[in-house]
Parts: sequence; structure tokens; C-alpha cells
Amino acid sequence: MIQAVELCKNFKDKKRGDIHAVDNVSFSCRPGEIYGLLGANGAGKTTTLRILATILSPSSGTANVAGFDVVRDPQKVRANVGFLSTATALYDRLTAAETVEYFGQLFGLDSGTIERRTNELFKALDMEEFRERRCAKLSTGMKQKVSIARTLIHDPPVMIFDEPTNGLDVMAARSITDFIRQCRDRGKTVIFSTHVMTEVEKLCDRIGIIHGGKMRAEGALDELRRNYHKENLEEIFVDVSGGAP
Amino acid sequence: MSLANSFIVYRKELRDMLRDKRTIRSMIVIPVVAFPLLFLGIGYVGAHFAGEAQKEISTVMIQGGQDSPKVLAALQGFSSIRIVPYQSDARQEVSDKTIRALIAIPEGFDAAISSGHAEQLSIGYYEADDKSELAKDRLQKFFDDYRDRIARDALAARGLPTSLLEPFKVDASNIAPPAKVGAAIFGGWIPYLIIIFSFTGAMYPAMDLTAGEKERGTMETILSSPVSRTDLVIGKFLMVVTASVVTAVLSLLSLGFSFAWAKRGILGAAGSSFQISIDPSAVAAVVILILPLAVLFAAVLLAVALLAKSYREAQTYVSPLIFIVIAPAIIGTLPGIELNWKTGLVPILNTSLVSKEILSGTYNWGHMGLIFAMTCVYAAIGLAAAVRMFNREDVLFRT
Repeated sequence: MIQAVELCKNFKDKKRGDIHAVDNVSFSCRPGEIYGLLGANGAGKTTTLRILATILSPSSGTANVAGFDVVRDPQKVRANVGFLSTATALYDRLTAAETVEYFGQLFGLDSGTIERRTNELFKALDMEEFRERRCAKLSTGMKQKVSIARTLIHDPPVMIFDEPTNGLDVMAARSITDFIRQCRDRGKTVIFSTHVMTEVEKLCDRIGIIHGGKMRAEGALDELRRNYHKENLEEIFVDVSGGAP
Repeated sequence: MSLANSFIVYRKELRDMLRDKRTIRSMIVIPVVAFPLLFLGIGYVGAHFAGEAQKEISTVMIQGGQDSPKVLAALQGFSSIRIVPYQSDARQEVSDKTIRALIAIPEGFDAAISSGHAEQLSIGYYEADDKSELAKDRLQKFFDDYRDRIARDALAARGLPTSLLEPFKVDASNIAPPAKVGAAIFGGWIPYLIIIFSFTGAMYPAMDLTAGEKERGTMETILSSPVSRTDLVIGKFLMVVTASVVTAVLSLLSLGFSFAWAKRGILGAAGSSFQISIDPSAVAAVVILILPLAVLFAAVLLAVALLAKSYREAQTYVSPLIFIVIAPAIIGTLPGIELNWKTGLVPILNTSLVSKEILSGTYNWGHMGLIFAMTCVYAAIGLAAAVRMFNREDVLFRT
């Protein structure tokens, strides 16, 4: 379960002054649901997700993630979250198995559990072939699998994906979207951000359109279509963002 | 804070670093190879050029002396010089290094000597040129001997003993313990080198574990784990301290072996007559005193390098720090700079000075305790700064 309540995040910039990267954003996402955070570059998607993953702390407002408050219990939140983004790279000089083991240790798992989970994940993701290969020598798709195994080692109830398919080829992107769907099917709470409309249409149970740091529209795809009298999500998005051509 | 978590991070960083060629180079290869190469280079080049200079026969010109055949004949019989005909631009030729020295013999030199009048000879040479200085030294020695011979002959002619020339002798010899002599010569720069190496050893890992992680995108990965930022920075910090101490200790061992080897090998007879012994327990004490300094370096380097977005940017922040480290370390090696309550407060300089004291056999426990404690305090402040930096979002996510 994710429940964001009036989240705000302000930054100070020498040139631009105070920036409200996230401005009073509230939404919720239930277990077994995929929530898509849709927005243009700089809309505030990444900042919102970083706050939910407790990598950043909110300037005001709060969020409850997996039963813990992001402000009061950030470590407990992180222990219950799997966070994956194109910015979360792997250590080049560790092997695939070592990477997963390291994160298992950081998540406080004992060595028996780490071994069992690693074996399960490597089998499920078909990673046995490059188990002992260093991450630097892996293809983008292989790296993506290692990242997935890394985020799943502690079997978290909440998954947060920040533009997970950004820069990936079709096959690698497809493996990620399949994986996101599987997470939902296993009853996990899933939130992911993107600016790719087709991904949202294919995956999301509910959608939040964020622009200029504010949540401009929220609801299931059908609700949005009804409310905005448009079939095409892209057109809804442009309309909501106030940038209709 | 959880030390267990810091240790997990430390173990991972250690494994990661040991697989990195750049670290192995800066932490192990350079300190191990630098000193033997330095000694070999200096020994070889020094011996080679000194030998070359000694072998060379100095070319000189003589101005005047046509009416003084005796001194001219003596000079012509001196095998270490070669006399070339005098030219009016002789002074210029010395400057141009085409000749090594110019001897000016005043008019009526022989006659004046015979009649017992003091005369003045002059030797013109090029002070900054080693070969010219060698020619001057040779000529000086030649004329000293020539003068002694004349004086001795004069005394003999008057029936007086030659001992009048030298009524007594002075023998100056070293009576200080060899350890103190060793310390005076090497004591200044041993701590200086260890300080520099403990700094350079920490530099690369500090940049790699902060700005390098940001650049490669692994910082966000690690921040998404439940380990607290304090545990994370402590783990990284322990890795940087390890690199710093390993580099310093390896450089010290390498220095010791190079010295022992050079003393027997390249320095030859000169080395064995020049008995330098540095007490190993003094060196161990110096290493212990340098430990908190390594901690300070690690903490400061982590804090500074974390400011950068990329490895390259980190280099521009960290490189100038070398001068901040070198300056007090060099000042510590200067003669006349003593340890007092003022210099005792200056980090790096105080460690350099107290190390010099220890290596010269003076164990002032008050000084040692005070400086160890002071450096620990500075190191703790540095570490607190690094932890604080790691908890600042604007530093971790600077755009």
C-alpha cells in the first residue's frame, strides 16, 4: 500500500530561485495494483518516487509506504520497497551473484535465505548462464535482469519503478513490463513512472498525470477518457498538461 | 548506526577495489616500485655523471704569466687540466662553458714570490656549472699545494722546521649515536614521505567511492537499500583508511628495503662507511602517530570528493589539497622548525615534527600523546563532516 498525502518538495537553485518540484501531491496505490505516474521530463515524477523510496525526504507532507511513514521510518520503508530506475546502475566489478548477495546482506537477510532466494531468482529470470560474470561484461538486457533480481531479493511488498524502460531496446523493455505485470499478479503494490503512453495503456490500473509538480488528473484510464471526452491517452495528457497544440 | 552494516559495505568496497587496476596501481604498485626506482635512478645517474665529471680533464686558459715560467711550468705539469691558448673573450668562454676556468697570473708573479712578497692569483669560474666548479676545486688544490711547497722550501732554506706551517691539527669526528645521525639526515623526510603516501593512497578510493559512484549511477542503487547513510559512509571511510594505511606501510617497507639495498649496492664503500641505523621501533611509533592522520585524510577526502558530480570534477577539487598536505610536511623537514605549543596545533606539521623527534631517539611522551590526541580530534571533526555531507540531499543529488 502506498498513500501519499500532500507531498511537497522544494529545492533552492542559484539561478531559478525556489523550485517546487513536487507541489501538494496526494494519491494512493493498493496491493495488486499498478499505478502509473505519467509526466513530461521535469514534471516531478522522479522526485515523487524518490520521496516514496526515501532517497529524498519531503519538504512537507508525508507518505505511508507498506505501513511505514517515509519521514519517521525511512529505513523500514526501504526494507519493504524494491526500487528500480535507469539511474540505479550496478557495480561493474561485482559478478551478478555477488551483486544480489550484497543487496541481500544490506537488506538484513541471513546467508541461507540469500542463497535460496538467489537460486530462485536466477532460475526464474534465466540468469544461470551469467551468474559468475562481472556486471561490466553483461549486455543491457542481462544487467536489467540482475537489477530485477537485486530489487526482489528481499521479496518486498512494494515496488517502485522510475522510468524503468528508458534507453532500453524493445526486448529489454518488454522483459521489464512483463516483470512489472508479474509483480502486480503476485499482489505487490506497484508504482511506476514513464512518459511512454503505450506502456501506461498496457499496464496501469490507475494513472496520475503530473505536471509542474502538481497532480493534474487521476483515475483509471476509462475514467480519464470519460472525464476528458477523449479516447487517446496522449491527447488527454496534452490536454491535462495545458500544452494543447 | 550499525557497525555490522558498515562492515558489509566495507567488505564489498574492499573486494571491488582489489579488482580495480587503478587502485592496485596507486595503493600497491606505485609505493612498492617508486623507491627502488628512485634510488636506482638517483644512484645510477648520480654515479654516472659524477664519474663523467671526474674523468673530464678541465680545459683552462691562463691570462698573463709570461714573465713567470716557474708557475707556468708547474701548471703545465698538472695532469688534471689542459691549457688552451688565451683569448681575449676568455670570460665569455667560461660563461659559454667552452672552457672551465680562467687563471689570471699577475705580472712579476715568480719574482714577487722569490722576494717574499705576497701576490694574488685569481681563478675565474662559473659557479652554477658543476664541471667549472670541479676545475676551480682542482686549481685551488693545486695552488694550495704549490704554495705549501714554496713555504716549505723557504723554511728549509732558513733552517726552520716545516711543522711551523702547521703547529697543530684539528680532527673533527662524529660522536653522536648513528641513530641520531640517521635521523638528522633521513628523519625529516621519512615522516614526510609517509604522510604524502598516506594521502595519495587515500585519494583515488575516496574519489571513486563518492563522485565515481554518482557518475556510474550506483549511488542511487545503494541509497535505496535500508542501510543508513551513516553506516554507508563509515563503510566507505574504513575502505579509504585501509587504502591510505596500506599505501603508507608499503611505501615505508619499500623505502627500507631500497635503502638497505642501495647502501650495499650502489652506494658501495661510501654507503658502508656511512652507518645509518634507524630504530625499527621508532618507525613503528611514527606509523602509529600517522594513523589518525590517515583517518583525517580519508574523512576530508571523502567529504570533498562527494561534492563532485563526476570523477573528473572530484580530481579538480582533490588535487589542490596535495599542496595543503605537502606544505606543512615540508616545513616540518626544515632545520630550525621546532615543536612547540603553536606548531603542535597545526595538523600534519605537528605529526611531521614529532616523527622527526622520535626518529632522532627523543621520545617526548607528552608531545606524542598531545599530537596523537589532537590529530584524533581533527580526524573526528573530519569524519563528522563526511557523515554530515552524506546526509545532505543537495550534495548527494547535486545537478
